[in-house]
Amino acid sequence: MGDLIGKSVKRVEDYRLLKGEGKYTDDFNMANQTFAVYVRSPHAHAKLVNVDISAAKAMDGVVNVFTGKDIKDAGIVGSICGWQVDFKNGDTMKEPGHPILAVDKVRHVGDAVALVIAEDKGTARDAAGAVEVTYEVLDAIVDPKAAAQDGAPQIHDDVPNNTIFDWELGNKDETDKAFKNAHHITELSYHNQKLIPNAIEPRAALGHYDISDDKYTLYTTSQNPHLARLIIAAFVLSIPEHKLRVVAPDVGGGFGSKIFTYNDECGVLWASKQIGRPVKWTADRTEAFFTDCHGRDHVTDAKLALDADGNITGLRTKTYASLGAYLSNFSTCVPTYLHGTLMQGAYITPAVHVDVTAVVTNTVPVDALRGAGRPEATYCIERLIETAAREIGMDPAEFRLKNFIPPFDGVKQPGYQTQVALQYDSGNYEGTLKKVLKNAKYEKLKKERDAARADGKLMGIGFSTYVEACGLAPSALVGSLGCRIGLYDAASIRVHPTGKVTIFAGAHSHGQGHDTTFAQIVADEFGIGMDDVNVVHGDTDSVPFGYGTYGSRSISVCGNAIMKSVDKVKEKGARIAAHKLECSPEDLEFENGSWTVKGTEKSVGFGDVSLTAYVPHDYPENEEPGLDFTSFYDPANFVFPFGAHICVVEVDKDTGEVKVVKYFTVDDAGNVINPMIVEGQIHGGLAHGIGQALYEGAVYDDSGQLLNGSMLEYCIPRADNMPLFETDSTVTPCPHNPLGVKGIAEAGTIGSTPAVVNAVIDALSDYGVKDLQMPLAPQRVWAAMQQAK
Amino acid sequence: MSVNGTGYEHDVEPRTLLVQHLRDNMGLTGTHVGCDTSSCGACTIIANGETVKSCTLLAVQCEGAEIKTIEGMATNGKLHPIQESFREHHGLQCGFCTPGMVLSSWQLLERNPKPSETEIRHAIEGNFCRCTGYHNIVKAVQDAANKG
Ligand code: FES
Ligand code: FES
Repeated sequence: MGDLIGKSVKRVEDYRLLKGEGKYTDDFNMANQTFAVYVRSPHAHAKLVNVDISAAKAMDGVVNVFTGKDIKDAGIVGSICGWQVDFKNGDTMKEPGHPILAVDKVRHVGDAVALVIAEDKGTARDAAGAVEVTYEVLDAIVDPKAAAQDGAPQIHDDVPNNTIFDWELGNKDETDKAFKNAHHITELSYHNQKLIPNAIEPRAALGHYDISDDKYTLYTTSQNPHLARLIIAAFVLSIPEHKLRVVAPDVGGGFGSKIFTYNDECGVLWASKQIGRPVKWTADRTEAFFTDCHGRDHVTDAKLALDADGNITGLRTKTYASLGAYLSNFSTCVPTYLHGTLMQGAYITPAVHVDVTAVVTNTVPVDALRGAGRPEATYCIERLIETAAREIGMDPAEFRLKNFIPPFDGVKQPGYQTQVALQYDSGNYEGTLKKVLKNAKYEKLKKERDAARADGKLMGIGFSTYVEACGLAPSALVGSLGCRIGLYDAASIRVHPTGKVTIFAGAHSHGQGHDTTFAQIVADEFGIGMDDVNVVHGDTDSVPFGYGTYGSRSISVCGNAIMKSVDKVKEKGARIAAHKLECSPEDLEFENGSWTVKGTEKSVGFGDVSLTAYVPHDYPENEEPGLDFTSFYDPANFVFPFGAHICVVEVDKDTGEVKVVKYFTVDDAGNVINPMIVEGQIHGGLAHGIGQALYEGAVYDDSGQLLNGSMLEYCIPRADNMPLFETDSTVTPCPHNPLGVKGIAEAGTIGSTPAVVNAVIDALSDYGVKDLQMPLAPQRVWAAMQQAK
Repeated sequence: MSVNGTGYEHDVEPRTLLVQHLRDNMGLTGTHVGCDTSSCGACTIIANGETVKSCTLLAVQCEGAEIKTIEGMATNGKLHPIQESFREHHGLQCGFCTPGMVLSSWQLLERNPKPSETEIRHAIEGNFCRCTGYHNIVKAVQDAANKG
């Protein structure tokens, strides 16, 4: 319509954020507020013998101290799991409870055992130190595969072999056949290591029960306030839903870790009612390491079968996935429906079989982290592909081009039915690969690499060509797969009398720039200025019930809910305009903010129509006043972005240090509303994916201690670790949503990890190094070179 | 101490960190706390012309100091040129690291008005950003240097 969609409009939210005027949860305070500190277990697995709170309670300034028994006696259970994945044999998934405060056992370092509330934070900390807890330490288990074996320490009484479920997808018989007849088989075994999210803003909560109107308010660091409200009200604290307001103000990054409704936040709200005063809790970074849900932690054996001509004929994987000590909200769908279903990748693999055993371990719970399941799937496929190409002596780009699914737009050609349940919407995999080969000047790059090697330098080139599924998701479909919630989104558009517009969005922005992108869509569609539109999100008292922001769904789900409301406004606007112009709505066209009688100069503007809607003196018969619509959009399918990455690394021969020297991407996320924001999402995603390949990873010892539980020891990528990225795109619109958009927030992460590892393996090829376990820290790379020597 | 050009007198508990004092006692919540190990740089402020991590100083150590926080960077509502470059180049997403990033960039450009890419990356390595991959932050600082 207008010229805003597709333009790199500068962000509306930046003024306030740049001036330090952002309002994050910890920036809010209430009169008479108190401060909470959780007492946490230093042991990974122990019986809770006694929790003595008497000394802490007697301290000056301490308001109250609660234990697991207090919460249990109040009949409160902890947070819940939102996705049921049953055993292969039909047995129901094991679902051990997760009390807000431990009652008879602790199951990971950081498990909460008491909640101290005091007049100020310092006193609350001091009092937490005065709570005397007696533990009887038990053997712990941290390795996902070992946890499922007979004789492993059992973490929950009702979960034998620590196994929550086993699960499979694909055609086992066909896959077995493919491997039996294979000309060549490529094998890899690896640990897709446990990652710690580390959003720079720690989680926080400010809970208040107001006795005067019997209403609860919770300010919290959430990516999805409505879902938080539903879980807290209906499942955890049994509060009538309309009596709870959840506000997620500015949120300082989430990457998945702020999707979940954690026990800590529920405890704060519960305690505020017990003491009759507001309670504030802000995690420190150490707590973030020990309580924010971690990601990945898959132990996998993977195989790829090829025929004599280099065609892929089968793929088989067996994964042990740790869910940590307890089941977080969406922990169970990550290694299954967000991982197994992605194992087709971009290739015509005629037989695929995926087998997953999900276990509990004595580690911090695991759930969705940027990409959630798709990075694990893509790592598996793209490492296999590149290893296979090397083994059969084919160029990795050529091998991919040979095995790609041919282009399909989902309109003229139908969507592509995979072997693992999903139907891809549209794709042009060779298009992105060919473009990135051109951008990277691949032939020249190869010569440079060979020259560098001749010069004694270790340079490597690595590829990744990913397909991912995002824009979660058709509610009925995921419901049939065990999801216990819907996955639509919602948006209201309120056109005010003067023609200004407010969007109330069910999605929540925590860095994605919704204030800008959503306003761009509406301003463009209505032919009004960006300044004429604002966006409200994050407050359950004002926005319609949407499921929030994760899985790259804001634009493809909430954005299309906005489009539905836009259409409703236009339809009603046309009826009002037709009345004013004395014609029928069919005679009108809407362009540049005016309804015009086709073929004439007669027109009426958007502001005129909105004023008439609210001052309906001369008005169509039987038409309601007002111009205000709410829409819910439940997607017809997932959306399937894809792309091709090339990573170039140099490895220091003497130290084993890896440096990413060039990084090229060509991503296809369908139509793009704001290219600047999309590129920003790609950059951030790449840093996460490169971080996993080279730097990040939780290190546990056998007793379940997290050995790198601080920013000093856990290596978060820094500015001097990253290159400048060379991003580009192709556009293959999504055929099934009105905006034609896909999603981009996780693509960088999903695509990059294998590209980096592939590049390092290429650099080390003269040493005969075939595989390395992530992260590719200098000592690991150096040791591999020494061994090979 | 003086904060953003205005003198203040406060009695504080000896264990109060400067960042707590700024946030909790003075309501200057633009200075953020992202860690407990002086690693993240979200709490960066300027004290007597030098950037420091305000979580590593006690408030009482700053008696008589001239403090500038992110709230003091814009003048009359107009962004400082470095802030303007961050906006132009999309150098922020969630905004949580941003106040610290802007101030560390300011320090760099004070000392080295024409830094190379490597120098920029080195200067902000004590500031973590989990959102941007640093790409656009580097571009923003380069732009601010070119304008300045
Ligand atoms: S809060 Fe000061 S460096 Fe992290
Ligand atoms: S913009 Fe979010 S941490 Fe930097």
